[in-house]
Amino acid sequence: MPEIGLTINGLPVTVDEGTTLLEAVRFLGWPIPTLCYMDGLSPYGACRLCVVEIGEGAEARLVSSCTYPAQEGLKVRTASERVLRARRMTLELLLASCPQSKTIQDLAAAHGVRQQRFKQEYEDCILCGRCVRMCEEQMMAKAIGFRNRGENRSIGTPFDIKSDVCRLCGACMYVCPTCQLRCTYNEPERAICGACANLTPPCIDKEQFNDMMCYMSPCVACEIEKEG
Amino acid sequence: MREKLNSIDHFEALQDRLVSEWDRDVPTIVIPAGTCGRAAGADELIHATQQEITSRKLDGRIRLRITGCHGLCEMEPCVLIEPEGTIYPKIDPTEMARIVEAVARGEVLEDLLSQDPETGARIQKQKDLPFLKKQVRTILGRNEMLDPMRIEDYVRSGGYSAMAKVLARGAPAAVVEDVKASGLRGRGGAGFPTGRKWELLAKQPSDGGKFLVCNADEGDPGAYMDRSVLEGNPHSIVEGMIIGAYGTGATEGVIYVRNEYPLAVEHADIALQQARELGLLGEHILGTDFCFDISLVRGAGAFVCGEETALIRSIEGKIGEPRQRPPFPVEKGIDNKPTAINNVETWANIPIIIAQGAQQFAEIGTANNSGTKVFSLVGKIRNTGLVEVPMGTTIREIVHDIGGGPAGNARIKAVQTGGPSGGCIPAEMFDLPIDYDSLVEAGSIMGSGGMIVMDEDTCMVDVARYFMNFLKDESCGKCFTCRKGTQRMYEILDDIAKGSGTLEQLDLLEELAHVVKDTAMCGLGQTAPNPVLSTLRYFRDEYVEHIRKRRCPAGVCKELITYSINENCVGCQACVRACPVGAVKGREKEQHSIDAEKCIKCGLCRNVCKFEAVDVT
Ligand SMILES: Cc1cc2nc3c(=O)[nH]c(=O)nc-3n(C[C@H](O)[C@H](O)[C@H](O)COP(=O)(O)O)c2cc1C
Ligand code: SF4
Ligand code: SF4
Ligand code: SF4
Ligand code: FES
Repeated sequence: MPEIGLTINGLPVTVDEGTTLLEAVRFLGWPIPTLCYMDGLSPYGACRLCVVEIGEGAEARLVSSCTYPAQEGLKVRTASERVLRARRMTLELLLASCPQSKTIQDLAAAHGVRQQRFKQEYEDCILCGRCVRMCEEQMMAKAIGFRNRGENRSIGTPFDIKSDVCRLCGACMYVCPTCQLRCTYNEPERAICGACANLTPPCIDKEQFNDMMCYMSPCVACEIEKEG
Repeated sequence: MREKLNSIDHFEALQDRLVSEWDRDVPTIVIPAGTCGRAAGADELIHATQQEITSRKLDGRIRLRITGCHGLCEMEPCVLIEPEGTIYPKIDPTEMARIVEAVARGEVLEDLLSQDPETGARIQKQKDLPFLKKQVRTILGRNEMLDPMRIEDYVRSGGYSAMAKVLARGAPAAVVEDVKASGLRGRGGAGFPTGRKWELLAKQPSDGGKFLVCNADEGDPGAYMDRSVLEGNPHSIVEGMIIGAYGTGATEGVIYVRNEYPLAVEHADIALQQARELGLLGEHILGTDFCFDISLVRGAGAFVCGEETALIRSIEGKIGEPRQRPPFPVEKGIDNKPTAINNVETWANIPIIIAQGAQQFAEIGTANNSGTKVFSLVGKIRNTGLVEVPMGTTIREIVHDIGGGPAGNARIKAVQTGGPSGGCIPAEMFDLPIDYDSLVEAGSIMGSGGMIVMDEDTCMVDVARYFMNFLKDESCGKCFTCRKGTQRMYEILDDIAKGSGTLEQLDLLEELAHVVKDTAMCGLGQTAPNPVLSTLRYFRDEYVEHIRKRRCPAGVCKELITYSINENCVGCQACVRACPVGAVKGREKEQHSIDAEKCIKCGLCRNVCKFEAVDVT
């Protein structure tokens, strides 16, 4: 396989053609936070957390390292002032939308983001697309996908009809960074997990939740929701 | 059915015949009937003209030609008389009887001519209109010469000669060299040198085929220059693409046009059919070994589908969502085959470059920005319409000389260029030459050529909010920072416009804008903050005034203004009748007053008052 020479944080390195910048950087041991990226799934470039700075002078710009291919002679900086500024703002935006996700909380804390200055929202999904790719690429089901654009973008089954290709495997929930490890319900004052109650994205009816292999057992959140 | 031409000689013979059979002196009534002209009533004019010609038995003595848009929006529906070039603006179908009479007798109807707004003098000839004087209409000027549904019109006016010339010369690489030497830069927005793009495409291996695409998505609200060219002169695009294919070795072409342009779709479709009939498109073009065909793909009309990688996906039948570049479309495009995408206006320039020669083309415009550019000039200005000027023309020339200055009494304060993700340039900078590089330096972009003139009654916070509202809906939504970032910018702008914004929010807005620009993947997200950043750069005090004083200086933001009636009021009751919610009180011949509680700030009272008695503060 042809090899490509590039510089990462001043260090010359050689990688195979087709390697992404994220792979190259992580191979060398530098940390890069990611959210939508997952080993085993194709890179998608949705969360923008993994940005690195490439190029020099007026040409310098940020790109998402998970989707950008290594190129001959490229100069990459993984922790420049510009990268850190962008990363902190992205985390602040994430915190403002999905404060209840433990994954996001931990990432924010690790980057010194301790406040967010926007109007607080409590959303369940950051549209990272992990579930969609999991379902399509690993479960070979293609039961769920993206719909609409902009503000109205969401995840669900075609025409919102219960999917007949979904196997109720639960893989979509397992990989979800906002359902998984969620520490509060979508109302912060109610400190229960509530993952099942927030199952809007995948194709599962609430009623069917009991049939599923819930990785959160024992969990009574869904029962609470039913009685309430 | 047309007879197929089997050689370049055949083509030239046809062209010679069409030219020699054409009698220039037969009086011709030309009616522009593009989408805009039809909306203004061109269909009725055409109908009336046909009736008058037939009932007066003038068939053959007077010709009628129905063309695409000439760009004189302010004058639609209008009638142009050839060969004199007399123009009658805003014509009612009932006037057609008189016009046909006058044309038959070779007379001019003084009372129907347009008037100079300053002197009141009548202007007879189209070329003397102040709107047209400073324009160089290399592209638009051809629209009036031909009926877009008749390939013969195009061929007679010199069409397909450039293609024939290139085929006869037989050196594909020379085509690319010509386009490079012309200095043509892509008219779709980014200004990438077209010759360089073609050179890259020509170098790609051609085993599996290569694509050329004409991008006629034109999603910017208010922009319609691409529509006018495709509607009014579709063969110029087809010819451009054939020349491009010959130069780059492309095997298939696609015209991607938005479905909301039914007339453009229809005309392009007819043009392709007619070109195939004549043997100008398809297998063995003009009897040579060169084969190339073009298909038409209709887009669903999302703004983001104009972005080239999203457009490719859309053509492949997938969701129109941009993807990471590299690999660039020139390496991996439609079905992973090498693909070059160019804008409508870029393609329309190609036959001109070949026909004139690259050197002559490069002499128009400035060193790094050759040729002309079409703009759609709209907003608070006297003459709106399509404007074509050499690159490097200043904003002042366009706004004041061509546009005729402000429409009302308010002073012009800025122009917004580049569509929704462009920026606002203040009046102090109107000596800025319009070219790709100067605009970017000034914090805006060329975009595809939208130009909106704003005066002192325009609130810049409101403008930024308006565009952000568009962008938050049109972002494909993949990149978190583009999707959420545009929503959050809108949210803050909305707060400021409603008087609940804070100075801290203003700083946050600016910080966020820079990060969205930095982190978004495609051009949409990367330029989405421009409306915010450019208005903050030049009109920050307007923002501060909204925040500190809870006041909208332009009197636009509803939450921050109040309507009241001053002592000019004569008590005519016009406003009482106009107010939809009954907020105006007062007896006849006594000064009225407005109930601030009830008032919904629609401004109707102010519009109907003849005595300037309604104040906005
Ligand atoms: C959000 C977005 C929308 C775009 N819309 C258009 C469009 O409507 N028409 C167009 O020609 N180019 C559009 N472009 C630019 C295209 O991506 C591409 O650069 C262009 O078609 C290339 O042609 P050119 O080199 O002839 O300019 C758009 C770009 C972006 C980022
Ligand atoms: S549960 Fe259904 S939607 Fe989720 S990954 Fe499995 S098959 Fe796909
Ligand atoms: S449901 Fe979870 S995994 Fe799926 S897109 Fe939303 S946040 Fe990502
Ligand atoms: S920048 Fe915006 S429009 Fe472009 S790919 Fe990302 S989310 Fe979609
Ligand atoms: S990890 Fe690269 S964009 Fe999400």
